[in-house]
Amino acid sequence: MPSYTLLINGQTVSVDAPADMPLLWVLRDKLGITGPKYGCGVGVCRACTCHLDGAAFTPCTVLMQQLPAGAQITTIEGLADGDTLHPVQQAWMDMDVAQCGYCQPGQIMAVAALLAQSAPPSDADIDAIENVCRCGTYPRIRAAIRQLAG
Amino acid sequence: MDRCASATAPPSEPSTAAVVSDTRETAPAVNAASVMHAAGFPVAAPASGLPTTTPATDASDAQDASDAANAVNRTNETNTAASPGRRHFLASLVAAPLLTIAVRLGLGEEAQASSASVTAIGLPDVVDLGDVLILAGALTAFAVLLEVDAQDRVHLELPRAEVGQGITTAAAMIVAEELDARLEQLDVQLSPARPEFAFNQLTGSSNAIRSLWLPLRAAAAAARARLVTAAAQRWSLPASTLVTRRGEVIAGDGRRASYGSLSAAAAQVVLPAIAPTLKPQARFDLVGTPTGRLDARDIVTGKARYAMDLQIPGALPTVVARAPTLGGRVRRYSDAAARMLPGVVAITEIDSGIAVVAETFDQAFKARDALQIEWQAGPLASLSDTQIRARLRNAVPPLLLPPLLSATVEANFEFAFVSHAPLETLGAVADVREHSAEIWYAGKSPIIAQQTIAARLGLPVSQVHVHVIRGGGSFGRRLFFDAALEAAQISQRLRRPVKLMWTRNDDMRHGRMRPASFHRARATHLLGRVLSYEHRMAAVQTDLRHGAGEALTALGFSLAPAVASQAFYALTQNLPYDFGVVTNLLGEVPLDMPTGSWRGVFSGMAGVVHEIMVDAIAAKLGRDPLAFRRDTVTSARVRAVLDKVASAGPWGRILPPHHAQGIGVWDEYGSSVAYLVEIDCSDASAPRVTRAVAAADVGLAVNPRGVQAQLMGALIDGISVTLQAGLHIDNGAVREGSFADFHYARMRHSPLLFEAHVLPPSGEPGGCGELGVSAAAAAVANAYARATGIAPRRFPLLG
Repeated sequence: MPSYTLLINGQTVSVDAPADMPLLWVLRDKLGITGPKYGCGVGVCRACTCHLDGAAFTPCTVLMQQLPAGAQITTIEGLADGDTLHPVQQAWMDMDVAQCGYCQPGQIMAVAALLAQSAPPSDADIDAIENVCRCGTYPRIRAAIRQLAG
Repeated sequence: MDRCASATAPPSEPSTAAVVSDTRETAPAVNAASVMHAAGFPVAAPASGLPTTTPATDASDAQDASDAANAVNRTNETNTAASPGRRHFLASLVAAPLLTIAVRLGLGEEAQASSASVTAIGLPDVVDLGDVLILAGALTAFAVLLEVDAQDRVHLELPRAEVGQGITTAAAMIVAEELDARLEQLDVQLSPARPEFAFNQLTGSSNAIRSLWLPLRAAAAAARARLVTAAAQRWSLPASTLVTRRGEVIAGDGRRASYGSLSAAAAQVVLPAIAPTLKPQARFDLVGTPTGRLDARDIVTGKARYAMDLQIPGALPTVVARAPTLGGRVRRYSDAAARMLPGVVAITEIDSGIAVVAETFDQAFKARDALQIEWQAGPLASLSDTQIRARLRNAVPPLLLPPLLSATVEANFEFAFVSHAPLETLGAVADVREHSAEIWYAGKSPIIAQQTIAARLGLPVSQVHVHVIRGGGSFGRRLFFDAALEAAQISQRLRRPVKLMWTRNDDMRHGRMRPASFHRARATHLLGRVLSYEHRMAAVQTDLRHGAGEALTALGFSLAPAVASQAFYALTQNLPYDFGVVTNLLGEVPLDMPTGSWRGVFSGMAGVVHEIMVDAIAAKLGRDPLAFRRDTVTSARVRAVLDKVASAGPWGRILPPHHAQGIGVWDEYGSSVAYLVEIDCSDASAPRVTRAVAAADVGLAVNPRGVQAQLMGALIDGISVTLQAGLHIDNGAVREGSFADFHYARMRHSPLLFEAHVLPPSGEPGGCGELGVSAAAAAVANAYARATGIAPRRFPLLG
C-alpha cells in the first residue's frame, strides 16, 4: 500500500492508503478528520468540500494517486486561526445560517474559496454555488456572502 | 430582568392545598424511589373560585403551599382554548447530591380522564394531531430532567431529537428564562431511549415546543424555588425577600450566591419556601428574543458530531448491497471475489441485502460492488408511475354533493413521490453483545426503535441502550429506524460492533418517500358565494408505524393502518375558509412501498390543492386572489398573516412580463402562515422564484430567529416539490439516485430576496417546523399559474 505525505490543516501527515481510494475516506476513516461529510460520494452534493491549494474541491472524487506532490489540504477544522474564526465562519454565526449543519462545513469551504478568488461575488457567482442544503438555508447563505462582500 | 420571588405570586392564586390534592392522586410511575416530592403546575385557571393564598415562607406551613402553587392563571397564557385536562405538570425533586428536577408531562388523573374520553375524532379537547400527541404524552412518566451542577452549568436532558429544527436552542431559552439563568449556562443533551417516556419521546408533527413549553417551565420554576429556598436558609432571610437574576440569588443587602454554589443545599429542599410560580409572559426577556443557535460554533468549526463521526471502539465501516427494486430480496450470492479485496473484514446476509464490513467505507463500497448477487424482484416489479397513477385515480373517493343549480370549479391534481433526502443519509452504530446491545443513531422515535430492536435481537428491552445523536436533517425520515435495526442485526450476526451507513443511492432508491397522491376538488358557487367545497384525496398508504400511531392507539383510536391514516387525516385538515358545506375524504392505496410522512402528513399535498382551488375559484368569480381570501377566511389570525405578506410584498406591485405573484396560506399546529412569492417564468423551462415574503403567527415564538429559519426551509421545500423535485417509479424501482437527478433546489433556485415576519405573540407556542410547506408550495404554484397561464395540476411541474 503506497504511503502519502500530505500537508493537512498546516500539519504534515503521512498515511498509508490504496492509490485508488478517494481522499474523503482517508480523511474520515484513516485520519479521523470528520468535518468533511459524506453526502453522495460522486461530487454532486458537495458536502465534503475542502480546499486543495486554496481552491474548493470535493475529496470524495479525488483519488490519492491524483493528489499533486506536496498538496496542501484544508478542511473545515483548519479554517479558523486558533480560536479566531475565519470571516466566513463568523458570518455564518452572525446570520445564524446553519440548521441541521451537515452541509455547512462544505458550504463554508466553498464560500471561503469563492471570496478568496473573486471579490466581490455577483448574484450570478453566488447562484453558481452547487452545494446542496436540504434544510434550505440558501437565503441566509446569500445574506452572509453579501455581508462578507461588503 | 429582576424578579422578586414573592412578587410572582398573584393575589388571585388558587388554593395551593387544593392543587396538591390534585397532584397527589398519582404517584410517579418511574423513579419512584428517587422522587421525594411532587409539585403540581395547573396552568389553566380552575373554573371554581378558590381561596387565595400567599406563598409560604417557612416549612411549617409549606406543607401544601410549597410545591403546589398555581402557576400562570394570572397571565395572558390562558387565553387559548386549551382544556385544563392536559395542562397540568408534575415536577419532582430527584434524590441526588445536586439539585435535579424531573417533570412529568401531565398530571395523572385529570389528564387520563380527558384522554379516556377521546374515543372519537372531533371532541373539543382534540383540535389537531399535536393535541393528540400532547394528550398521549400526558399519560407518561417523568420525561424531562434538569440538573444544576456545582460549576454553574444547567443540564437539560431533552426527550426529543435535534435534526436542525433548533429545538435544543429553544428549549434552553425556555429553561433559562424560567430559571433566571444565563443562556450560556445551559447544556442540552438528547435523552437516550427511555421506555418510561412512552409516547413522549417522539419528535414529529411540529410538536416539540408545543408539548415541552409548560413542562420545561415547570421544571425550571421548581428548581428556582429550591435555589431561592437554599439561599434563604443560608442567609437566614425570608425567601420572599430574595430575587434571582442571571444565575444568581440576590439578597436585598447585596449578598449573592450562584446557582452552582446553592445546588447541593437546594437538593435537600423538600418543601420550597416559595411557590414555584411561572413568570408571566410580559416579563420574558429571553423568550421571544431572536437568538442564534447554541450549536452554531460547533457546526461552523466542524466539531458537531453526527452518528458516522462517532469513534466507537471497534465499530468498522459497513454498507449493504441492496436490491435494484423496492423490496427485492437476495436469491443467491457469491462473495468469493469480494472477500479477496483489501480491507474486507466480514460479509453477511441480512433481510435487506448483503452487508459488507471493511476497514474503510471505500473498501466496503468496492467489496459490495464485487459481490455477485442474484436478486428476486420486489413485489412492485410490474408497477411504474403510469399504473400507480391509474390506481390512485380509481381509488379517489367519490364526490358527494351534486352541483344542482350552482356553477362549479373542479380540478384534478397529482403529486409525485418525493424523497426525504436528508443530507446526512441514514446511519447507525451498533455494538451487540451476548446479553446487551448499544445503538447510536439520530432517532425521532427511539423507544419504538428500542422495542423493535430488542425483539429482533431476542434481548430484554432494558438491555438495549439507544443513544440519540444529532441528525443531519430528517423531514420525517428519521421517524423510521431502518439503519439502526439493520446495524443491530449485522452486529449480532458478526459478533462485532459496526458503523452502518446508507449510501445516497440507498437513500434515494429504498426510500422512504412522500406517497404519491391524486386529488379531485370541486367547489360550487352561486351569486358570487361558495356554497360547497369538496376535496377527495387518494394516496399510496403512508407508513405511520413509528410511534405516532401508537399514541393514537393509547387514546382509544382503533388502529388498523387505514384507520390510523384516516385519523391523521381528520386531525390535520382544517380549511380556514367559509366555503359552506366542506367535505374532505382520504382513500389510501396499500402498496408495499417504503413511505413516510414528509414534513407534514397529508397537508403538504392537500393544503396545496386547497390553495390552488381558492385561486381558481377567485378567478372564476372575477375576484382578486388576496381580496377573495380576505373576504372568506374564517380566522382572524389567517387574515392577519395574509395582510402582513400583502403589505410587505406588496401584493399587486407592477412586474415585468412573464413575472407574477402568488399567495398561499395554511392554518395548522396552532399556528397560521402566509407566503407571497414572485416568480420569473421568462424561461418556461427554468422558472425562478425571485422574491418571497412569509408571515407567521405561531402564538408565541420562543426564538423568532428559529421560526424564521423554519419558514425559510419550508419555502425552499415548497419551491422544490412544486417545480422540480420528484421521484419516478420504473418497474418497481426508483429512477433517481442522487441530487444529480432528484432536483432539490440549489442556490440558483432560491429567491434573491426573502423576508420572514413573525407576528407578535398571540398566545402560547404553536408548531412551526412543518407549518410553511403547503402554503409556500401553493404560493409558488399560484404564481406560476398567473405568470404562464398554465393551470398547475401535476407536481413537480417540470416533471
